[in-house]
Amino acid sequence: MLKVIKNRLEQGHRTSKYPKEPIELYKRFRGMPKVDSNCDASLVKRCADACPQDAINTETKQIDLGRCVFCGLCETLSEGQFAKFSNNFEMGTANRDDLFTHGDLPALAAHSKKHFKKLFGRSLQLRQISAGGCNACEADTNVLNTPFFDLQRFGIQFVASPRHADGIHVTGPISENMRQATITTWESIPSPKVVIASGACAISGGPFHGSDEVVGDLNSLIPVDLYIPGCPPHPLTTLHALLNYFK
Amino acid sequence: MSNLMHIQNNERLSRANIPHLDFDTFRKELLNLAANDGQVVQFFAYEDQGSYKLLAVMRQNYKLFVTGCDAPDNFASLTAESEKFHMFEREIGEQYGLKAEGHPWYKMVRYHENYTGKKDVFDNNYDQDIPGNYPYFTVEGESVHEVAVGPVHAGIIEPGHFRFQCCGERVFHLEIQLGYQHRGVEKLLQTVPYKRWPIIAETIAGDTTIGHSLCQSQAVEALADLKVDEGASIVRTIALELERIANHIGDLGALSLDVAFNPPAAYFGRIRGEYLNLSQILGGNRFGRGLVRPGGVTHVMGAEQKQLLREKLAELTPEVEHVNDLIFTAASVLGRFEGTGTVSHENAEKIGLVGYSGRASGLSYDARATFPTECYGKLPANSNEKTDGDVCSRGTVRREEIMHSTTLINTLLDKEEEASSYIPETIELAPDSFVVSINEAWRGEVSHCLLTDDKGEILRYKVKDPSFHNWTGLALSLRDTGISDFPLCNKSFNLSYCGFDI
Repeated sequence: MLKVIKNRLEQGHRTSKYPKEPIELYKRFRGMPKVDSNCDASLVKRCADACPQDAINTETKQIDLGRCVFCGLCETLSEGQFAKFSNNFEMGTANRDDLFTHGDLPALAAHSKKHFKKLFGRSLQLRQISAGGCNACEADTNVLNTPFFDLQRFGIQFVASPRHADGIHVTGPISENMRQATITTWESIPSPKVVIASGACAISGGPFHGSDEVVGDLNSLIPVDLYIPGCPPHPLTTLHALLNYFK
Repeated sequence: MSNLMHIQNNERLSRANIPHLDFDTFRKELLNLAANDGQVVQFFAYEDQGSYKLLAVMRQNYKLFVTGCDAPDNFASLTAESEKFHMFEREIGEQYGLKAEGHPWYKMVRYHENYTGKKDVFDNNYDQDIPGNYPYFTVEGESVHEVAVGPVHAGIIEPGHFRFQCCGERVFHLEIQLGYQHRGVEKLLQTVPYKRWPIIAETIAGDTTIGHSLCQSQAVEALADLKVDEGASIVRTIALELERIANHIGDLGALSLDVAFNPPAAYFGRIRGEYLNLSQILGGNRFGRGLVRPGGVTHVMGAEQKQLLREKLAELTPEVEHVNDLIFTAASVLGRFEGTGTVSHENAEKIGLVGYSGRASGLSYDARATFPTECYGKLPANSNEKTDGDVCSRGTVRREEIMHSTTLINTLLDKEEEASSYIPETIELAPDSFVVSINEAWRGEVSHCLLTDDKGEILRYKVKDPSFHNWTGLALSLRDTGISDFPLCNKSFNLSYCGFDI
């Protein structure tokens, strides 16, 4: 008992003040890329050719955040002249098209569906489905339940049964062998319900795009309401997206 | 030429030098090794100029051996004589349609059509959804009942299907049927351009990002003659140890939660994040994504990063010790941990358990000491006293490894070498070559094996995650255990679904 108290005192209060107060991530963190659209076309092409995810459009000079795994290669190759990955982790969007970007996403709160805010603003229960996810997205979603993020203080919970849920949060490129289970889980949720695609895999197939063993795009299976980019999304990216879309 | 070729970890060989035996001799040699403390590192089929071949890499004490043969369409199962081959033979059937006759537990590993167009050895035509024809083990009797769980589980975890054959609360047998996470990793790696390799390697099992990307990088470095400087090796070693600590801490917290002792779970949940943040300081990502690449590392570790790591480790280490002390001295915890989910030394050896699961059952194998890569040759190894094979032993081994890894990192932080960050964009792999790469990731032995053809293109890319060995260990640990102890046993192994399903 004394040990419990001693440890409790040592641990203290650790919950983050975000979103009331901003939070700084270490400078090496690769968040939202900022693209210089005046960048020389040949340099853009060099980055696009080298991009392991083929996420760079040479015409528009945009990066597809739904495909990008934030490896930072284009920044290294162009020495920051084409793209620089900023510390900004706020990257959720309501439209797939918005993820093709120079680094300026529309404010998520303004684009969320109004009835969702009304329905789920005070209480949101989500069923998580890992469908071919590599366990990084899953782990960094799970971490929202730890005291630092303490997701439940916002009235958001991950629940065990789809019958208790208001929506699904999907990670992974939807392996063919999870196609049916994903649909069945979604169908088991009473309407109205939301669908969240989390991570490059669920949005575009991510590192597994092109594999004939994966569906590769959740939206082709079920209409997606909220996109959370990253590989995996930082927990704060997820937290920001959930709060802005639903609150 | 002898029947077995003695090789080194990450040593490039000409494929022509690998012994090519007839199947019967091949079988005899492997069984002989298995009977004399040998364990299977890799055993797989591949296609070479229109014919199918088998290749095996085995370890025996501190030695690695490779040998090969032509693959018959039907061959006498090695598993019939030694359990050590059981998963590998099932996988060969699944991937290449080559049937191991007389295999006592012949079922699919994952659910997909084989690569060769041969008749499916498991009698599936893949019109049906997973699991297709899957002969579940059944127990019959008046009071026997079955509990089926998954694929979608009641938490934020990966999918898989579990079937418990029970009598009341007692579990006779647990069958674990996986394959839901199959993404075609090996096929992708054999077909996509080189630039995609590191990204795929990092996501084979996301919690083992560094483990898998190290294996891939070292294998490519061997095939492409790339040299890695000392500074990059230091960063890689630190990254692998940070990955180990973060996962061990997270799981110890979760184990505590599973026996309803909440404070350590809350503390370790938060502290695990602190270690992930150290990985972020090192390479800009909490899971080590984008850090390790063939040729070196993408980020050098400067004085600033070293200082941040040192300070944070100094702050966290006593906290970790205190929380561990809290867990491992609580009578209510030990009452549930001790004697639960035991895998005997004998069984562990038979099925070739690796990593902390193996060490907790008295198999001392740690690839960091046996086949050292990067800086491990110059670092002290860890040893474990508690080897009862139960949940408590697996927990204790992990507790000890956290402290050992912390010492390793602190030692490496004192070194002066700085990495240069040279990463080649294109590489040329040596033609007709072979390399096997082994690293001790946090769960245990990760191995990648690459074969190239006469043009230096990839002929076969074989990936093995430690979970490939250890899922059977979890099934065994449930024998004659209360079904309510499943979460505890499961967490004490914490295996990868996607690493297994690849």
